[in-house]
Amino acid sequence: MSLELRQVLKAYRTPDGAAMTVLDIPEFTVATGEQVALIGPSGSGKSTLLNAIAGITRVDSGEIRIGGTDICRLSEVARDRLRAERIGFVYQSFNLLPAFTALENVLLGMSFGGKASDRGRATVLLERVGLGQRLHHKPTQLSVGEQQRVAVARALANQPKLLLADEPTASVDRANQQTILDLIRETCREGSVSLLLVTHAGEVAEQLDRVEQLTNFNRAGAAK
Amino acid sequence: MNLATIAWKSMWQRSLSSTLTGLSIALGVMLMVSVLVIYGIVDNTFSQDSINYDLIIGPKGSPLQLVLSTVYHISPPIENLPWRYYEKWKDDPRVAHAIPVAFGDTTEKGGFPICGTIREFFAIDYAPRRPFKVKGDFLRKPFDAVIGARVARDNGWGLGTKLKLVHGGSDGHIHDEEFTVVGVLAATGTPHDKTVYVNLDGFYLISGHDKPFREAIIREREFFGEPALPEDELNAMVAKLEKRYSHENHDHAPGEEHFHDVSDLQKEVTSILIQTKAPLAAPLIAGELKKGLQAQAVNPIVPMRQLLVDVLGSIKMLLVVLTALIVIVSGIGIFVSIYNSMSSRQREIAIMRALGARRSHVFTIVLLESMILCLGGGLLGLLLGHGLVFIAAPIVETRAGILVDPFAFEPVELVLFPALFALATLVGFLPGMTAYRTDVARTLSSAA
Repeated sequence: MSLELRQVLKAYRTPDGAAMTVLDIPEFTVATGEQVALIGPSGSGKSTLLNAIAGITRVDSGEIRIGGTDICRLSEVARDRLRAERIGFVYQSFNLLPAFTALENVLLGMSFGGKASDRGRATVLLERVGLGQRLHHKPTQLSVGEQQRVAVARALANQPKLLLADEPTASVDRANQQTILDLIRETCREGSVSLLLVTHAGEVAEQLDRVEQLTNFNRAGAAK
Repeated sequence: MNLATIAWKSMWQRSLSSTLTGLSIALGVMLMVSVLVIYGIVDNTFSQDSINYDLIIGPKGSPLQLVLSTVYHISPPIENLPWRYYEKWKDDPRVAHAIPVAFGDTTEKGGFPICGTIREFFAIDYAPRRPFKVKGDFLRKPFDAVIGARVARDNGWGLGTKLKLVHGGSDGHIHDEEFTVVGVLAATGTPHDKTVYVNLDGFYLISGHDKPFREAIIREREFFGEPALPEDELNAMVAKLEKRYSHENHDHAPGEEHFHDVSDLQKEVTSILIQTKAPLAAPLIAGELKKGLQAQAVNPIVPMRQLLVDVLGSIKMLLVVLTALIVIVSGIGIFVSIYNSMSSRQREIAIMRALGARRSHVFTIVLLESMILCLGGGLLGLLLGHGLVFIAAPIVETRAGILVDPFAFEPVELVLFPALFALATLVGFLPGMTAYRTDVARTLSSAA
């Protein structure tokens, strides 16, 4: 599923009342099945961009087309549904729910898409990330690397067509970093999933199909 | 995973506070249920549905005491009425049944009240459309006894058991005469269960139960407002009666079972149970007796309803209000518990929203938590409340003389759950709205 951004503008209001533009993107695209690394300095709007693409943050103007659908024109409920059904999101801080086991966290990724939770698929996903023996462990009982693997499995639970990853390897050690990256890339390739991965690490970025510097296409970032 | 499972999991994340708030609801509901059930039992016990007599005629005095002593056996009798007075009512054309009863004595074992009466007592349903059922027979011979189900159970008595009576009053004298159990009543859930009925004929044959002639003559004349007899006339009458009823004036073989006649003059009854032929006759009779000085006729329902409404009704209302307040305070506890948890749960909610949960989903999850706590606590309280009634039943029975059905259910309990549902909605709404309004991007970025 392709991703296209056109004339996207997003500004925040600062405490003194002034408008601060965070995103000013004339055009940006990710082709279906393409794996793109997004790099840029802190505060350049990478997370805001991912949230805007996921429909979590509303942009002020412009188009964000996912598989041809402009999510800026959708209602909040429709954006939630799109996110639940077609988008996967991996966070740097994993964002696992502490009350739920690894398996339940993955099942949670299927819970809001309107389809019945598939326990079998969730188990397969966790086995695939090497956590077949840790299905019923809670996040606090898992290592950092294992937690991130659960987060990846959860992001893939709803069979997304677009995977957004916000520094998914930043909190893990080098060995785990490569394992997680391989996992993400491999699963995206298998399902022709478009990947937009934010990273600071050059060795991570260079393994993807394309590397984009946010400041090159975000005029707001470039202005800083 | 459905929303209820998610709510349940989230709730158990704070298992201690969830358990405590759920328990506080359970406690409130338990108290409310037990108050309602016990009051319902008391109300039913003292209602028209449980008494099948139109009137109780007894000596002048407290109507409540007359009813309590005659129907519930939980108060001493007021005084006695002459046998001739009972016969007057038996022959009254407006009366369908007039049943004499005599109280005062108790059983030697267990201290159950003794009621001297006639066989006809059992021919009348103990409550509308509920006839007495007996294993054995009703009273036939003078020293026959019929015992209630509870008496049989507690004393381990059955057909053929011999029993002795302890004289009423403070002396505690045990009568020599023995009665034989000829019938065991099936349980009725009424005071009949804990009563021993003896044949009134035998009751009068017990030494001390027949009044001395002199005293009986004076008292009967006083009762009917007849002028006192001159001393010589009184002495002659006593002598005549003594000659007729004394032991020396009849023959029997040694050891032969025989019963002496007791003069009607010497017989007294504690009260008379009346069933009238027409419903209107009861208030007419009551009105007539109100004018005189001899006796009173009381509709057994009236003083009991008065007691229930005036005294117990207020107490019930007070208790219901108090327990309702407990439930409301517990509801506020749930609100505080959930609301306080919201700040620490913002991230959890934001994660769910990022996974595609709609605002309505997270609102529902929080509301469901409130529902689980309120309704789960309510269900537990309902069970505990009935458990409390089950435990309290024998205590209430012993102390108040009221038979409590441990499995009694009050229809008003059905209102509890819609009320708890409303409470859950109310206390879950504001935290639910907090969840609804969670700013996903800001919460996730601040938590990162």
